Parts: sequence; structure tokens; C-alpha cells
Amino acid sequence: MKTGPGQQTIIVIGNGMVGYKFCEKLVKKTKSFNLIVFGEEPRRAYDRVHLSEYFNGKTADDLSLSAENWYEENSITLYLSDPVQEINLAEKKVHSRNGISLNYDYLVLATGSGAFVPNIPGIEKEGVFVYRTIEDLEMMKAHAAKSKNGAVMGGGLLGLEAAKALLDLGIQETHVVEFAPRLMPRQIDSAGSNLLQTKLKELGLNVHLNKNTSEIAGGHKIESLKFNDETELKIDMLVISAGIRPRDELAKLAGLQTGTRGGIMVNEKMQTSNEFVYAIGECALYDNMIYGLVAPGYEMAEVALNQILAGEKAFYGFDMSTKLKLIGVDVASFGDNFITEPDCRTIVFEDTHKGVYKRINISNDGKYLLGGILIGDADAYNMLLQTVNNKLVLPPNPEDLILGARGGEASEGAGVMSLPDTALICSCEAVLKSAICDAVNLEGVTSVDGIKKCTKAGTGCGGCVPLIKDLVVGTMKENGVYIKNVICEHFDYSRQELLDLIKLHKIKTYDHALDLLGRGDGCEVCKPAVASILSGAWNDLIIKQDTIQDSNDRFLANIQKGGTYSVVPRIAGGEISPDALIVIGQVAKKYNLYTKITGGQRIDLFGAHLNDLPDIWEELMDAGMESGHAYGKSLRTVKSCVGSTWCRFGVHDSVSFAIQIENRYKGIRSPHKLKSGVSGCVRECAEAQAKDFGIIATEKGWNLYVCGNGGSKPQHAQLLASDIDSETCIKYLDRFLMFYIKTADPLTRTATWLNKMDGGMSYLKNVIINDSLGIAQQLEEEIQHLMSTYHCEWSEVVNDPQLRKKFTHFVNAPEEKDPTVAFEPLRDQVRAKEW
Amino acid sequence: METEVSTIINWFLACATNDVPENGGACVKYRDEQIAIFNFSRRKEWYATQNLCPHKQQMVLSRGMIGSTGDAMEPKVACPFHKKTFSLITGECLNAEECAIKTYPVKVQDGRVYIGVE
Ligand code: SRM
Ligand SMILES: Cc1cc2nc3c(=O)[nH]c(=O)nc-3n(C[C@H](O)[C@H](O)[C@H](O)COP(=O)(O)OP(=O)(O)OC[C@H]3O[C@@H](n4cnc5c(N)ncnc54)[C@H](O)[C@@H]3O)c2cc1C
Ligand code: SF4
Ligand code: FES
Repeated sequence: MKTGPGQQTIIVIGNGMVGYKFCEKLVKKTKSFNLIVFGEEPRRAYDRVHLSEYFNGKTADDLSLSAENWYEENSITLYLSDPVQEINLAEKKVHSRNGISLNYDYLVLATGSGAFVPNIPGIEKEGVFVYRTIEDLEMMKAHAAKSKNGAVMGGGLLGLEAAKALLDLGIQETHVVEFAPRLMPRQIDSAGSNLLQTKLKELGLNVHLNKNTSEIAGGHKIESLKFNDETELKIDMLVISAGIRPRDELAKLAGLQTGTRGGIMVNEKMQTSNEFVYAIGECALYDNMIYGLVAPGYEMAEVALNQILAGEKAFYGFDMSTKLKLIGVDVASFGDNFITEPDCRTIVFEDTHKGVYKRINISNDGKYLLGGILIGDADAYNMLLQTVNNKLVLPPNPEDLILGARGGEASEGAGVMSLPDTALICSCEAVLKSAICDAVNLEGVTSVDGIKKCTKAGTGCGGCVPLIKDLVVGTMKENGVYIKNVICEHFDYSRQELLDLIKLHKIKTYDHALDLLGRGDGCEVCKPAVASILSGAWNDLIIKQDTIQDSNDRFLANIQKGGTYSVVPRIAGGEISPDALIVIGQVAKKYNLYTKITGGQRIDLFGAHLNDLPDIWEELMDAGMESGHAYGKSLRTVKSCVGSTWCRFGVHDSVSFAIQIENRYKGIRSPHKLKSGVSGCVRECAEAQAKDFGIIATEKGWNLYVCGNGGSKPQHAQLLASDIDSETCIKYLDRFLMFYIKTADPLTRTATWLNKMDGGMSYLKNVIINDSLGIAQQLEEEIQHLMSTYHCEWSEVVNDPQLRKKFTHFVNAPEEKDPTVAFEPLRDQVRAKEW
Repeated sequence: METEVSTIINWFLACATNDVPENGGACVKYRDEQIAIFNFSRRKEWYATQNLCPHKQQMVLSRGMIGSTGDAMEPKVACPFHKKTFSLITGECLNAEECAIKTYPVKVQDGRVYIGVE
């Protein structure tokens, strides 16, 4: 360490998140200080907020906030595993445990906080943990390996996160014990807590409220928790998460003023009672409050730094809005979440069936949003938070903010752009809207990744990433940049434009399309996209142009691990005769196939050699079966429940209707796969509302739902029409499906398509039901064409020796199957060998 | 690709030109090896590479889709499994994630396709 003449020294005590942020901000502004950091923990500052990800495979290195040589590169002296033990305010000097004594000009205390551990008898027993550092997690992991029942003491934000960690660690029975009468008492109200509790139960968490622990019982090791109400909970592992305790012991010893309930007192400049000593982060007590989140800590770091550099920035409290991450249930609270009538007007929306609870508090004049709570669905969190923080004037029906179809209301995009320039978008990194827009306007950034690099926004907790995305797109649109959704480098058109052009020019082949409308030789993106368009327009046999199809479509089967294929015959509506079952069994045996009932109510035969596919299909077809198109972007299954033919509740014959629908739309190619379901009554055993289109029987007819999705981002379908008869239902479906086929981007499921649609569900309803575009008849005719040109692709292949030839592994040894295919035994069947 | 490579000692007769689909690939057995052969008919070019995709060791590159990328129109093949793409000329992985694949010279004479093997 070289100290230049006249160079001032800043010593930072604590190398946690906020201490690190202070250093990062300082060296970015100036290198004129001699910067020294003492850390008690053995490693460089890491991302405590994402600590739990340590259990999901992240390593300590992944969590680290800086590269290994960062401190050195920035001429910062870092002492790790060496806590400061004494501060001498008079001499402006610190002494560390390893015996280092150094003088400072400014001292910054960033000692954070520790877990608050209540004084309960037995607290010292083996198997009791706190949840704060990587070391804590390592110890928990080791102990969890031999534990069956675990509990978390404390049902707050961190407690629930710790509980999730116990589940992830494989603890069979996990409990949350809370002293208060509700969960997350700082964030949510009791109605919200009730709902959250039910949701957590579904995740396997048992919640016990109003529980006052009197003793941690057991011998050397923990065996149970005993409560004041004389009850007992048997556990072999306990995580204490009863709150945090600011680490003020060092400050207290030095004679700095601290709060009665802990915390180093600071003013709005982050100065402690000694003007050369600052305190920031979770150890600092400002206006009688400890801020237990990173964003306010980062703001404090900025203020302290600014003050040391003789600036005028001050701290005036910070928004404590939070969104719970990881647990599998959305929970968020923002602004003034607890204010009640008569100080405000409160609107509550609750759907116990779906597990959604939303509350918003509105100023009495109805103009402003004050705060609220979201449970079960917190998609609106970012926008609501912005509405509060920027005092945006509310729409005339504020309930729209939490009610109604949150399908693809165009308001989202527009909403972001209406935020003031000073709106704080990323609170972790304190990035304003103007900075993001500037990055787009001045630096030409066009992606979220670009924004992250350029402004650091979105690199903290990541909660603002959706907002950033909308802002980037919104700004580009404002600049008149037409954000064109081009397919790839070979075609400057969106899928919809290309479809129109292909029809206009009556283009029938990929090569013709490329010559006329594209450039280059094409690629794996535009080939299948054009293939799908060609099918949607002409419905020719897809295997005629086999080399432009995705692998599954090229060989009319899904490729498997190891290079074999799967075979899925159509089982419309899930109905299958005993004879067909027997044939499936015989074929599977003959060709050594693994059989499984799929999640779509049919049977999948796995592990077929490419060479065997035509023979397998030939045998299935002889028994009257046909392709199930499990490989295509086309209709998969129409799931059905047994309905009125057998079920005592069924109001209509859902099986017959499902079969009718499945046969009607089978084989039609679409931008992505299509799934459907028909339920015989509201009990919804066919899960119709999870499908691209779903039908539910009512006393008066059918309810038709559209644009649902399972998959990684599930979304319920929305009601398109209610109590309609079968004919009307089919008419709407014809229009709906053709409209989707014509206008969706490649590989976009109906749910995403709707989410992106300007005007959302109300627009879609208008097009389909009220024919607002005047295209209903055309849509019906077009889909009629597709239906009337249906062919079972496999029967064409089976009956055409030329096409059959395509199903060989070696062109120069057509009889020989791929010798590298290998199976392993599994229960009574086979499976693909591991890769 | 009809390149003259002096080290090639052995031109192995792989198949007839019409055995390989236009703008697509097929797999050829050579001793115990599997070689993917591509008929890039749009460019009137032929390419050959190992059939094994280095990503998950799958014998499938011949079933991949071909195309080209960039201003230089680098010919490439995309593995059907996870769409890693490889240059048909150098064998280099264009997503820069996997190791390169082996490529072989190809020549076509009288409707027959030959692959150059060492
Ligand atoms: C076989 C099956 C799993 C099972 O053993 O049950 C299955 C297997 C595959 N699914 Fe699935 N899905 C199966 C039911 C489902 C379901 C449940 C359902 O349909 O009720 C879903 C959620 C519902 C939904 O789609 O909305 C489902 C959501 C997906 C997704 C995610 C789609 C999304 O929108 O996020 C993919 C990936 C994709 O399509 O891009 C996928 C993709 C796949 C692929 C095709 C992956 C692939 O490309 O290799 C799997 C290979 C099938 C094969 O080798 O034969 N599979 N998949 C099920 C076949 C049903 C059938 O009879 O056709
Ligand atoms: C599991 C978990 C999840 C969380 N999730 C969120 C979240 O989702 N959102 C959010 O905003 N916040 C979250 N937090 C809180 C967030 O991590 C803290 O607000 C933040 O880490 C505070 O930073 P800090 O630097 O003040 O304290 P810390 O990060 O605790 O750092 C203080 C450091 O100082 C060291 N130290 C103490 N005394 C001395 C001494 N005498 N000498 C030298 N070093 C010393 C400590 O060992 C520690 O390394 C979470 C916390 C945990 C534990
Ligand atoms: S969930 Fe994943 S692993 Fe299971 S079948 Fe679907 S795609 Fe394959
Ligand atoms: S196996 Fe080829 S990309 Fe994964």
C-alpha cells in the first residue's frame, strides 16, 4: 500500500454487500484515497440476497460480488478473517484482531447485522442454526443430510426463505413456527396471511401461528420444540429466523451513540455521533429505523460517499416495498401496505380457489395509490410500486389495477412510458428511468443485457428486469424505430408478413420463398418457420420438403436421447378400445419399446429405431390407428373427462365432444403446438382451463376458454364465450384457431400470443365474436380448407416406398440400424442409456 | 466441396448423389465410423463431417438442418438435439461452446459421391 503525500485514508469495517458497494462507488468516482477494508468473514463480499441459491447449485464463487483480483486492481487493501476489535476515536485509529493498527481520516462502519437469537433454554444445542452466511449454510447442509424433521422459528420474509431452503435440502417434514398471529407480519395483513398459509401447505410447509417457544428440548442434540401452550413439535433441526440484530458492539465500545434496541445512530448524512465516522447498511439506525434490505443500504453508501467528497446528498428514509422470491408463491407488499379506512379507501380482491389475494389502498379522493399487498399473483408489483412512488394519478376505476383480465392489456407498455424521468426503476443500483432511456437513445442499446452492462440496472435483485424490457421497447418505439420482428438474418419479415406474401405469390416451396423474399441459404430458424407457414397456407404433405423441417417433423417422430424415436398414435379424447390397447402392447413388445401413459391422456412408445418407424406404423395402422402428431407444431390432444355418460355430476357428454373436436382439428399445422380439454362440469377434471382452448359444460351449453398454457410459465385460459351451443362453440373455435395460425410469431403459444396482443382479450373477443375485422367468414373458409385436406402423414409414408427409404440410418447400408443406440434395463422395460 | 487435398490417399465411395436429400444430409458407414454427408444443392456443394455431435455425444449430425450464416455465408449444420451449429468447412462450433468436429473432403463424379479418408 502506497500512501501518497497528503493522501487521505478511508477505512471500511465490514466487507458485506453494503461495504463492498461503498468501495465500488468510491473507486469509480476517485482513486485519490487510500482505501482499506477489514472483513470478518473469510471470503470477499458476496451476494447475501441470493444466499439460498447456494442450495440450488450456486457456488460461493458464483455468489461473489467481485472478481478475485478486483481489490488489487483498484489498489484497495483488503484484510479478510480479521475483524476490527477496537476503535480509538480520539486518535482516529483502529486495531484488528490480527494486531494491525491503522490511522484513518474517515471511518465507515458497514458491519451489517447478525441473526437475532432469542434467549430460550436449549438454544445452544446441536442442530440449531441461523441463516446469514455461507458458513451457516455449509453447516446446515451437513446436518440436513441426517435430519428428517425441521422447523424454522420465525415466519417473516427470511424465515420463509429459510423454510424453502429446508425443503430444498430434502427435509421430509418442514414446519414454520411464528409467534405472531400471522405470517410475514411486517408485510401482509391477516387475510393475506391466511391465503399464504394455504398456499404454503400445498408446497409442503406446515405453519404454526401464535406459538411461543418455551424450550428447545433434547439431550446434546435438539429433539423437540416445547411451546407455552403445552404442545410440542418433534424436530431434529431448527433454523432461527426471529429477526436481525444490528452489529453495533464495536461502535458501542468506542463510545458512539447507539439505539436502545440496537443500531448505530446516524443523521441524514450517515454520520454517527463522531463526525469522522459514518455508518451504513444494516448496522445503521436512521430515524429510529433499521433498514434490513440492500437497496436502502446502497443508497446509504452513496450518501456517505457523497458526504466524504464534500457533496450535499442526504438520506431521507427509503421505500421498504418487497417481493418475496424463491418460495413458489408470489408475495409482495409496497408503499403504505397497512393503512386502513378511514385514512384511505381499500379495495380487496380475493379468489381463494385460485389462491390470489390482492389489496390496494387508495387515497380518499381516489386519486393516488398509497400501497398494497399482493399474494398469489404479483405480476403487477413493479407497475403498482411505480404508481405509488411517482404519485401517478389513478385511472377512474382503480380496481382495474388488480382485477380483470391481466391478459395482454396494452396499458403495460404505455404505463411504463408514462412514468416521469426521475422514476427509480432499479432500486438496488439506483438507476432512474432517464438513465435507461438515455442508454437507448444515446448509446444505441437495444436489449436488457445491454442495459445491464451500460447502467448496472437489473443486476441486483433482478426484480426490475421486466420493467427495463418494457422501457427499452417503449423508448425504441417512441423514437419511431419500428421494432420489427424479423424471422432471422435470411428474411426481413415477421411471420405474419411472410405468410401474407407466401399466399399472395402462391409460393409452395421453401426454395422459392428464399429466392423471392429472402437471401443467403437459410438456416435452422427460418426453415421450420417457413415450413410451418407453408403448411398453414397449403397443407401439403410436410415430408415432401423434409429437410426444412425440424428434426421431429422431418422423421414424423420425436427424437430421443440416444437417437431413437417415439411413437404416439392418436387416441382422440383419451378414449381407447381394448382391441387397440392390445395391438399397442403387441407392437411395443415386438419392437422392444418402452411404454408410458403420457400427461396428455395417451400412450407413448419410446426407443424406436429410425429404420423400424415405418414398420411400426404399418402395424398400428392395420389396426385402425393414425398419427397423433406428437412431433408436430399442431394439435396434440383434446383431453376429456368421462362426463355425463358415466359421471354422476356430468351435465354433457364431454368425451364425445372432445373426440369430435380432436378429429376436426387434427393434423393442422400452427405456429406452436395446440392443446385442448373438455370437462363435463365445473369440477373441471379435464383441466380445460390450462389449455390453448378449453371447453367446460354448463347447464345451458358450453363455456369456451382460450389461451391457457401449462409449461414453465403457466397461465389460465380466459373466458371467450359462455353458455353457447356446440355449433357456436365450433364456429368460434374455427375462427380463433385460424386467426392464431395466421398472426402468431413462430413458436409462440396462444397464451404468449394473447399477452402480446394490443387490446388483449377484449380485442380478441371482438374479432372472434363480433367480427370487428370483417374476416370471420374468411377465417372459417381457410380452416375449412385445412381440415378438408387432412391426411395422416404416416399412412402416406407407409404406402410410398420412396418415402419409406428416408427412414434409414446408413444410406450405404440401409438394412443396418444405428449400432451406437444403447438401452439399459428399467423395471420391466428398457430406457435410453445416460449421456 | 471439390477441394484437392494432397494428403488424401483414399477416396471412399459413399453413395449415389440422389441417395442424399437435397439441401439435407444422410449418414454413411465407413468401417466402424459414421460420417455425415451433406448435399448442399442450393450451392451445388457437398460436405462431410463426423456424425457424432460433441455436445452430448449423439450420432445425429446427419439429421441436422443445414444453412449458412453471416456475410461470408459460412455453410453450417445445426444439430437436431440442441441446435448447436458447426461450420461445414472448418468444423468449428459457431456457438463457440463445443469443440470442433472433424470434416472430410468430398468429390462427386458421374453421380457418385466419394469421401476422402486418410
Ligand atoms: C410425452 C410427454 C410427457 C409424458 O411422459 O407424459 C411430453 C413429452 C415431451 N414434451 Fe411435453 N410432454 C407431454 C405433455 C405435456 C404437457 C401436459 C399436457 O399436455 O397436458 C405439458 C404442459 C401443457 C402445455 O403444453 O401447456 C407439456 C409441456 C411441454 C413444453 C412447454 C410448452 C410451453 O408452452 O411452455 C415443451 C417444450 C416446447 O414445446 O417447446 C414440451 C416438449 C416436450 C418434448 C416434445 C420435448 C422434445 O422436443 O423432445 C417431449 C418429448 C416427447 C417424446 O419424446 O415423445 N412439453 N408437455 C407428454 C405427451 C402428451 C401427449 O400425449 O402428447
Ligand atoms: C437469506 C437472506 C435473504 C435476503 N434476502 C433479501 C432480499 O430479497 N432483498 C433485500 O433487499 N435484502 C435481503 N436480505 C438482506 C440483505 O442481505 C442485507 O440487507 C445486506 O446484506 C446488508 O448489507 P450490509 O453490508 O449492511 O451487511 P452484511 O452483508 O451483513 O455485511 C456486514 C459484514 O460485516 C462484517 N463485520 C461485522 N463486524 C465486523 C468487524 N468488527 N470487523 C470486520 N467485519 C465485520 C460481517 O461479518 C459481514 O461480513 C437477505 C438476507 C439474508 C440473510
Ligand atoms: S417435462 Fe421436460 S423432461 Fe419431462 S417430458 Fe417434458 S420436456 Fe421432457
Ligand atoms: S447433442 Fe448436439 S447439440 Fe446437444
